[in-house]
Amino acid sequence: MSSTESTQAAGNGHDEPAPLLRVEGLKKDFISGGSRMLGRAGNVVHAVDDVSFSVARGETFGLVGESGCGKSTVARCILRLLEPTAGRIVFDGVDIGPLAADEMRRLRRRMQIVFQDPFGSLNPRMNVEAIVKEPLVIHRIGEQHERSNRVIETLELVGVTEQQARRKPHEFSGGQRQRIALARALILQPDLVILDEPVSALDVSIQAQVLNLLRELQERLNLTYVFIVHDLAVAEYFCDRLAVLYLGAVMELTDRERLFRAPLHPYTGALLSAVPVPDPAVEREREHVVLAGEVSDELATGGCRFKARCPIGRDRDICGEEEPALIAHESGHLAACHFPGELHWLVEPSASEES
Amino acid sequence: MSTSVAEHGQGAGLSPEHGGHVLRVAGLQSEFRSRRGTVKAVRAVSLELEPGQRVGIVGESGSGKSAFALSVLGLLEPPGYVVGGEVILNGRNIAELDDRQMQTVRGKEISIVFQDPMSALNPVKTIGQQITETIRKHQPQLGKKGARAAAIELLRDVEVPAAGRRIDDYPHQYSGGMRQRVMIAIALANQPNVLIADEPTTALDVTTQAQVLTLLDRLVTERGTAVILITHNLGIVAQFCDVVYVMYAGRVVERAATADLFAHPVHPYTEALLRAVPRPDQLAQGPLPSIPGAPPNLAEVAPGCSFESRCPLGRGHKLCRTEVPVSTAAIGFGSGGATAECHFAKERVAEYLDGDATTA
Repeated sequence: MSSTESTQAAGNGHDEPAPLLRVEGLKKDFISGGSRMLGRAGNVVHAVDDVSFSVARGETFGLVGESGCGKSTVARCILRLLEPTAGRIVFDGVDIGPLAADEMRRLRRRMQIVFQDPFGSLNPRMNVEAIVKEPLVIHRIGEQHERSNRVIETLELVGVTEQQARRKPHEFSGGQRQRIALARALILQPDLVILDEPVSALDVSIQAQVLNLLRELQERLNLTYVFIVHDLAVAEYFCDRLAVLYLGAVMELTDRERLFRAPLHPYTGALLSAVPVPDPAVEREREHVVLAGEVSDELATGGCRFKARCPIGRDRDICGEEEPALIAHESGHLAACHFPGELHWLVEPSASEES
Repeated sequence: MSTSVAEHGQGAGLSPEHGGHVLRVAGLQSEFRSRRGTVKAVRAVSLELEPGQRVGIVGESGSGKSAFALSVLGLLEPPGYVVGGEVILNGRNIAELDDRQMQTVRGKEISIVFQDPMSALNPVKTIGQQITETIRKHQPQLGKKGARAAAIELLRDVEVPAAGRRIDDYPHQYSGGMRQRVMIAIALANQPNVLIADEPTTALDVTTQAQVLTLLDRLVTERGTAVILITHNLGIVAQFCDVVYVMYAGRVVERAATADLFAHPVHPYTEALLRAVPRPDQLAQGPLPSIPGAPPNLAEVAPGCSFESRCPLGRGHKLCRTEVPVSTAAIGFGSGGATAECHFAKERVAEYLDGDATTA
């Protein structure tokens, strides 16, 4: 076993084996609107602003938030498809930041990603067999015959038949394409799979099929997932622990039960309240917290980044002056809020049973 | 209490009176033609809408719900064609009108909000120009100044901040949520009786979605606008609609008052759909009940029920394989008037009634 150094950066006070993935103080800035030719500096956008979390082996860790919250940028930094501005990504004890290109390529075999759009992520000119085989070719794994066998095995794993493997992506439905994308990710036998909105483009009935398949594969292959998702119902169904992101920073981080039953951060509360429940009886009774403004509203300097939209902190001085730190309010339940838990009674009055 | 189940065609309203419909669609059929065959996208769909009522159409992609909306509005473009049925709006059949006549109806008596506001708005015209165009088309007496004032008023009404200034912005200067507010403003500019909203919040984030739905709710309530809300999101239906139509493979397979549909889904597809959604208010246990297979190819409609191959009740049943189920009225529970196109509808209703009787 590799490095066992303990870190508080991930905020996980538990006595656990070393996590498979540790993200520590991750920052990623983008420059927007600048132009070298015109000598304009442009604005710095902090797409990811000091994000830390750790993911245990076999766990599903959810990154939840609305568009622009930085969740996909975090994913791309983990794979070093984007170079972080600051912070460390530690995968299985190895800090991947200083790795050379070929070392990184070798490590990437063990960390794969599945994208949201099953239409854009598969080469339309290749047949399914070639698509799924390609990673083996790139990483120079196995011989021709061996590769073909592995392709068929992997496709079988995700429910695509050998006959179907000769077809091209356009002959498949969205759900089946997502299975193919999954096969391509799994053929390298990775430890970590980053799922970037893998079911968002799919219909409800197909979504359930793919979610069930992802679960089954996780158990069979002992996979670790980082699950990026904006749909909170799917997040709740699928994730063991989650971080809620807002404008590049973690607002709340805890296990599923606590996040959905007793959220501490008002943004989490408002998000949960905004999701319409597919039950008219419940809908009639519910209080909806409708947030003012939008995520894209400019980040005002100083104070809490959520303050402009916050139903409880908007007019409070401290929220305007001091950025709340992400700290543990109970063991394993982190929130970045000066008034944690205050919104809760408003959101789900019936669900607040004491345990 | 009557517990009998009667069979009859689609057309029984959920309300007793039949004359009071602002929109009545009867047997609407549309198809898309290509060299590879004809896709029967809308297969004899009927729908009734009372003034101020909110009807939801739920279905997955390819169920025909958007083709239905476009057909009602006369906006279906080749290779799509409306090939049958009536669309009675305010007492006259608009399916018979030509393009020019339809232009006087669309935007005035009936209008639509699409999913993607960016492609529905003209990028080289200001927001103000696009709203005033719509206003002046149907209310020329207002004049330029009057139309601009009305446009600012509308933008205020859809809660665009600093409306007086932002009216001169271009669409790209608006966020997604703000653009959808503009689309709603344009759709409601001439006080139509009927608004069709086709996945109006699907492209939006959940907190923005909540804002837009709250806004839409207020606006249509104030104006008494009847709404057809097309969505794949069962949560939105539960929150917004009085009546729900469930579409599958180009047909309305079930129709019921919202509360009844969620409490007593009669069609097995409806039930499967409801169960396949992870619910944010319930911690899930075990695998999600998924629906096996995929919807049928509507270029080659097989005999029998279109859901047969995926149906937990009917798969392999001779009757389900060979005979198209007729619409069956589910009488005896809920607020009445529900219908389902299923050979097992009678049994299903009887089971619910037994269940209700034992729990009562």
